[in-house]
Amino acid sequence: MTTVEDASALLVPPPVKRSILDRPRRTTGVWSWFTTVDHKKIAILYAATAMFFLVVVGVEALLIRVQLAQPDGTVLSAARYNEFFTMHGTTMIFLMGMPLASAFGNYLLPLMIGARDVAFPRLNMFGYWVFLFGGVFIYSSFALGGAPDGGWFGYAPLTSTPMSQGFLPGRGADYWAVGLILLGIGSVATAVNFIVTALNMRAPGMTMMKMPVFAWMMLVVAFLTLFAMPPLTAALIQVFMDRNFHTNFFNAAAGGDPLLYQNLFWIFGHPEVYILILPGMAIVSEILPVFSRKPLFGYSVVVFSGIAIGFLGWGVWAHHMFATGIGPVATSAFALSTMLIGIPTGVKIFNWLATVWGGSVRLATPMLFALGFIAQFTIGGLSGVMHSIVPADTQQTDTYFVVAHFHYVLFGGLIFAIFGGIYYWYPKVFGKRLDERLGKLNFWLMVIGFNCTFFPMHFLGMEGEPRRTYTYPKGMGWDGLNLMATIGAFIIALGVLVFFVNVIFTRMRGEWTEEDPWDARTLEWMTSSPPPEYNFDEIPIVEHRDEFWHRKYTEDDEGRLVKLPPSDAATFPGRRDPNEPHDHHMPSPSYWPLVLALGLPVLGYGFVFKYWWLCGIGGLIILFGLQAWTSEDATEEAH
Amino acid sequence: MAQSVIASSHEVAPHADHASETNTGVSNNKLAIWMFIASEALFFGAFLATYFLYRGRDALFLKGPTPADLLNIPFTSVTTFVLLMSSLTMVLALDAIRRGMHRQFRVWILATALFGLTFIGGQVYEFTEFYREGLHLSTNLFGSTFFVLTGLHGAHVVMGIVWLLSLWARSMQGRLPTEKAEAVEISGLYWHFVDVVWIVIFTAVYLVPQK
Repeated sequence: MTTVEDASALLVPPPVKRSILDRPRRTTGVWSWFTTVDHKKIAILYAATAMFFLVVVGVEALLIRVQLAQPDGTVLSAARYNEFFTMHGTTMIFLMGMPLASAFGNYLLPLMIGARDVAFPRLNMFGYWVFLFGGVFIYSSFALGGAPDGGWFGYAPLTSTPMSQGFLPGRGADYWAVGLILLGIGSVATAVNFIVTALNMRAPGMTMMKMPVFAWMMLVVAFLTLFAMPPLTAALIQVFMDRNFHTNFFNAAAGGDPLLYQNLFWIFGHPEVYILILPGMAIVSEILPVFSRKPLFGYSVVVFSGIAIGFLGWGVWAHHMFATGIGPVATSAFALSTMLIGIPTGVKIFNWLATVWGGSVRLATPMLFALGFIAQFTIGGLSGVMHSIVPADTQQTDTYFVVAHFHYVLFGGLIFAIFGGIYYWYPKVFGKRLDERLGKLNFWLMVIGFNCTFFPMHFLGMEGEPRRTYTYPKGMGWDGLNLMATIGAFIIALGVLVFFVNVIFTRMRGEWTEEDPWDARTLEWMTSSPPPEYNFDEIPIVEHRDEFWHRKYTEDDEGRLVKLPPSDAATFPGRRDPNEPHDHHMPSPSYWPLVLALGLPVLGYGFVFKYWWLCGIGGLIILFGLQAWTSEDATEEAH
Repeated sequence: MAQSVIASSHEVAPHADHASETNTGVSNNKLAIWMFIASEALFFGAFLATYFLYRGRDALFLKGPTPADLLNIPFTSVTTFVLLMSSLTMVLALDAIRRGMHRQFRVWILATALFGLTFIGGQVYEFTEFYREGLHLSTNLFGSTFFVLTGLHGAHVVMGIVWLLSLWARSMQGRLPTEKAEAVEISGLYWHFVDVVWIVIFTAVYLVPQK
């Protein structure tokens, strides 16, 4: 460990020999964002990039809705429509949903368990770069050779038939397959990082069953990601090989079985649904207790339900394939498992309700979003259980009913939770509170717009409107509800716009807030807002679940809540003037995550265009990056 | 033990080098490689499942040479044995560096890489032979599944060889002291995993009789 004198020497870099390969030292300024290994900065990068992609998909969705507002729409061509709905789904899942979960996990997991950083800070940054470059790589297809247009699920043999046979003209499917493989690498890296962090780096006294539910759910999500990505990667490699090297994996003429693709894809795809929704549940499980001023009802049951969902999520994939003729035994088994997974999900919903029940509820913006989550997620969950009834599912397959269902879960659920989380933790991250009036406007616009868009789709689906179809004829009786959905989509857009206005307004005019604006319960609030680079000046010793709450409140003899006299040392052990020199030896910034990640899209373009020399360059960049990465220590010795 | 955990943990750097500084007692790096291996297991699992699903199906379509025409079991048994022996030398390399015998370590780690290279050489020979006898990626399901499954395994072995050689180079430069023996252990875990995968592939593709 360094002494204080050493640390102050660090602040003024000694005149050592500098070369281009010298380690970056600066932790401020623009360039520091390229070399940082600080989990909090990386989280902000994740969030900002994912919000950018949210705007991109929003524009795609609006164009889709404009096209469908009236029968025989002519705004988008069929080909463009296919690209847009494919990229809408792909982006929402891989470039918005998962990265935003990474953003929350990155920022909060170390703070909540009382760690100074994640286990592998450089790997963390690598994950972010892979996400950014993977996203840019996939989107560059619009300019370079044609965007993906085979659906986010990319069913073979549509995607796997060689380009020369004209099923999907353009290189879209290649971009899609290679891009998702790249993104998978980043996701697995982040998952490994989160698992090791949660299992290995908890503060003294923080046993597993004292971890906040958020940390628990991020752990479950990390395990799901770890195991779900490889089957997807395998399926994508097979698609890519079929398409470019004429293998026969999904070529029925040689005995290949397209259902193999669906099985591999959904073995990834259904756990993926929980990879997306569990972070939403995690956020809500933190917001509800704070704004009800009650501990989470049935903490262990909520945790075990989350784990149960994590396990059962592996046994339900074929309910995406009921219409493919997989036979009565498989169908019955997957129908049963699908009903079964409704149980832990329902348990959680009742636990959340019981948390709010009888609490002194404050209807601040985060709480509104959390309550919106519960209501809308429940509707989506119920239509999900309907899909386990096989005959009903057969009727609903490929109709707008399914679109309504998963938007209720992923938009009404996940995105509402994410917005609630942003409102809740914004003061933690930036030291300012988002405006409450604009926040409430944001919430109500989104609730009204969301339900106006997606509730009618239940009826449209039952009336037989097929999804993924670029237009519909007059006289089907679908006109009015489609117009309503389009109007709703613009109301959502307005809500999101209000959110961005709120962020800008708060940045310019907002007032600095106190350290603990919500009277919160968990460790991340026990340090200054925003936290110093090293998170806690002194790592807290944890004695309770909701440790922070227990340091602020106690009960009198009759069980009434009594506020303890405030004492900074007990409640804010992490607080300290961030400008003072400190003796916490933090991981050093590094170029190599950026360099290593840069090799991946180069390799990717090489594969898409079959420029083997480009693959060679990509491979060399990767080798060079790996060599340099392993040659430096994670934490540089002080000079 | 518990006391020392608490006493030391407020100054634990995020990178804990010593096992006792983590909650589980397993070092971060070792836990991470186990997680990575678990993930890889599903990757190979998916390709093995594909192989088993399509095994023997070519007979129905009468396309191209069959496994029975092509597989040279005695030859591949030898290269398999070589790969298994590389796991033994890997263990010896780890043992050597733990005891601080760095010259011996370098000998064993080079032997491990060399055995791996021999295996890859065998695979290259085998692929060329099959190709000459008319089995291409596009010939039939066996061609597709065999080349992709064993090819991806081969790629993993090659990555392992690069890893081992980089450890050897670090040791030559004197940058792999005994305290960093865990780096060798971790590369060894990966290496053994790749070996185990080969045992499964060898059994599935070569030993289980098929039509």
